[in-house]
Amino acid sequence: MRVITHHTPDAMLAAYAAGNLPYAFAVVVASHVSLCEQCRAALEAHQMIGGVVLEETGAVGVSAALKDDILAQLDAPFTPEPVFERTGAYPGPVMEALKGRPIRWKTLGMGVRQDILSADRNGSVRLLYIPPGQAVPDHGHNGVELTLVLQGSFQDETGRFGVGDLEVADEALEHTPIAVEGEACICLAATDGSLKFRALMPRLLQPIFRI
Amino acid sequence: MIAVRDTRDRSAFVKLFDHFAPRLKGFVMRSGVSSHQAEEIVQDVMLTIWRRASTFDPHRAQVSAWIYQIARNRQIDIARKENRPMPEELKEEPGSASDASQILGVEQESVYLKQALAKLAPEQREMIEKAYLGELTHQEISAQTGLALGTVKSRIRLGLERLKHELKDLKP
Repeated sequence: MRVITHHTPDAMLAAYAAGNLPYAFAVVVASHVSLCEQCRAALEAHQMIGGVVLEETGAVGVSAALKDDILAQLDAPFTPEPVFERTGAYPGPVMEALKGRPIRWKTLGMGVRQDILSADRNGSVRLLYIPPGQAVPDHGHNGVELTLVLQGSFQDETGRFGVGDLEVADEALEHTPIAVEGEACICLAATDGSLKFRALMPRLLQPIFRI
Repeated sequence: MIAVRDTRDRSAFVKLFDHFAPRLKGFVMRSGVSSHQAEEIVQDVMLTIWRRASTFDPHRAQVSAWIYQIARNRQIDIARKENRPMPEELKEEPGSASDASQILGVEQESVYLKQALAKLAPEQREMIEKAYLGELTHQEISAQTGLALGTVKSRIRLGLERLKHELKDLKP
């Protein structure tokens, strides 16, 4: 397995542990942690701090009925939550976001394809397929964009990103990611705002493609 | 917790309830929910603890850390009616031996952590608490808790070592 060199920022792991990342970002961070030992250990450190905060929170008395209610339900039948296993290049959290459906690639032109896993006013998360050597149109961001490489690699003005690497791009970065020659690059990409394309055509198409 | 996990020990679960339920209620109420709503969430969290006990691993997490994550996830899932995405579980080799020194290491880290938190200035400590109660965005955590968080986290050194140790035991 290759060494992952681009990691989830620590503050983002803390917000993920606290449940305060938008859903689209949480899918990407959960996927990155599934692939990255270092970030799994860092996440566990945040959970540990959260545990200490919980331990030291002032206790508030619970009603007498609560314990009985809970004990009475221990033997009640329940449906265990389904476990989504890694499938090929796709980590468990991506499989979960697909909710059991197959990937449905929609073409964006120039061989670039996408499958939107989720999109709402808080952001969007999608799979992107970029043929070898192909560029994704030069774009800036209204918010933060996270890109996790699942297959192949890409490079842009900031460096080269391979399987398991996570790029965090903010409003200050205008970049042109290009898939490296060889294998097609498949990424999991999330935004908490819409992307701003510099070229006119893509901007006109933005509402259609929900980028 | 181990008795709850391995032998489905109800009296051990009652002890866990007596310790954590009032803390969980206080924790949940800090997000501004009523006493009644808080108890509904506590009930949900305690049942989740019972049902997911098999996923608790003392080599990797303190009980309070494990319960913290369940509590935050359940609280948000209930409020937003969605499922928080979770990382894949680490697959452990069945029958791999428990390592007492590692479990002790996890315990010791949490003692160090408590000391580090206690040494923070009150306003720094408040910021840390707000972050882990889910009241700060990742940008705010980065801007407002950076230094304090670094100090606190530097007390957790074993994390990666622990993970490497565990992975070594996994099947190739």
